[in-house]
Amino acid sequence: MKYSYYPGCTLRTKAKDLDAYAKASARALGFELEEIENWQCCGGVYPLGSDEIATKLSSVRALNEAKEKGQELVTLCSACHHVIKRVNDDMKHVEDIRTRANNYMQLETPYAGETTVLHYLEVLRDRIGFDVLKEKVVNPLTGRKIGAYYGCLLLRPGSVMAFDNPENPTIIEDFIRAIGAEPVVYPYRNECCGGYISLKEKELSKNMCDTIMESAEGFGAEMLITACPLCLYNLNKSTAKKLPVYYFTELLAEALGVKDAKEEVAK
Amino acid sequence: MNKPAKKQAELIREISGVNPLKCMKCGKCSATCPSYDEMDIKPHQFVSYVQNENIEALVQSKTLWKCLSCFACVERCPRDVRPGKLIDAARQIVVRERGADYLSPDEIPELLDPELPQQLLVSAFRRYRR
Repeated sequence: MKYSYYPGCTLRTKAKDLDAYAKASARALGFELEEIENWQCCGGVYPLGSDEIATKLSSVRALNEAKEKGQELVTLCSACHHVIKRVNDDMKHVEDIRTRANNYMQLETPYAGETTVLHYLEVLRDRIGFDVLKEKVVNPLTGRKIGAYYGCLLLRPGSVMAFDNPENPTIIEDFIRAIGAEPVVYPYRNECCGGYISLKEKELSKNMCDTIMESAEGFGAEMLITACPLCLYNLNKSTAKKLPVYYFTELLAEALGVKDAKEEVAK
Repeated sequence: MNKPAKKQAELIREISGVNPLKCMKCGKCSATCPSYDEMDIKPHQFVSYVQNENIEALVQSKTLWKCLSCFACVERCPRDVRPGKLIDAARQIVVRERGADYLSPDEIPELLDPELPQQLLVSAFRRYRR
């Protein structure tokens, strides 16, 4: 199975591992991520204003390319996923945004939200299946106690993201079980890490991440996993409890026995 | 702000697509906000300020730069008022009309560290500047 793939800026720079482990794992699971040509940065945060059009166009271009290829569009970074999924929802449901964005785009056939946007975790759950993933695990991570850190971007607003129950998600816990480890559920797993506030107000995001770390540690987690490079960065700045933080794709690659193959598939 | 408050309040309602009159003042938005302690006008108050067209206070407010866009208030509002969208709209009118950017490229070098992801710079620029 071949999917269109939108890596985003950080997966080409500071978060190369998130991308490389995902590709090595995809190969082991029998699907391929075909990168969108000349993709442009999603902007990192979804432009909330109903009159914001130009800031949504990079997402529309990626979405339209996937549509033209007849492929579903896969994302990996939580921020890219959030932005592209919400813009797609606008293109599908908000006539004013759809009309004005298409006026800019001048496509032969206007884009109207036809593409399905999937986060890599959704591919694992809804296309591969966690039961099939479990069968393909050669190196189960038995005994590891892992806390899922969802953050905000994958889950909210739940009506648009439709990723999982926004207040009581299970997808990453199910993923952790599939790779043979033990999920640790803790209360702060879907609270914000501070996001972009850590650029100028480092203390503020550090305090939030301290709370998250203490919560996870208190419930018995030995490590955290995330899909977001900014969450990883912010969590690593916490000085409260120093749980290691990994990209979920690193543990996936380890469980599938392809951790060493990531250099090969990395561009 | 040159425009009268009434016009500004209208603009905030238009950009956000939010009807502040739906608010039943339960305070759940403020209770769940991770930036609550940092905000001078709390999320539930912010909604009232828009209702009352007390715009000058809003555009001067620290709250504009403390909201994280984490959508906790949006998800948890029982009346679908979505205070975070109102805060963003007020921030928009400030950066659009005043050029009052909260982040300047000159500040960047000393804010960097080797681990800092590009995503953080991109997000902050989009959020804090026009």
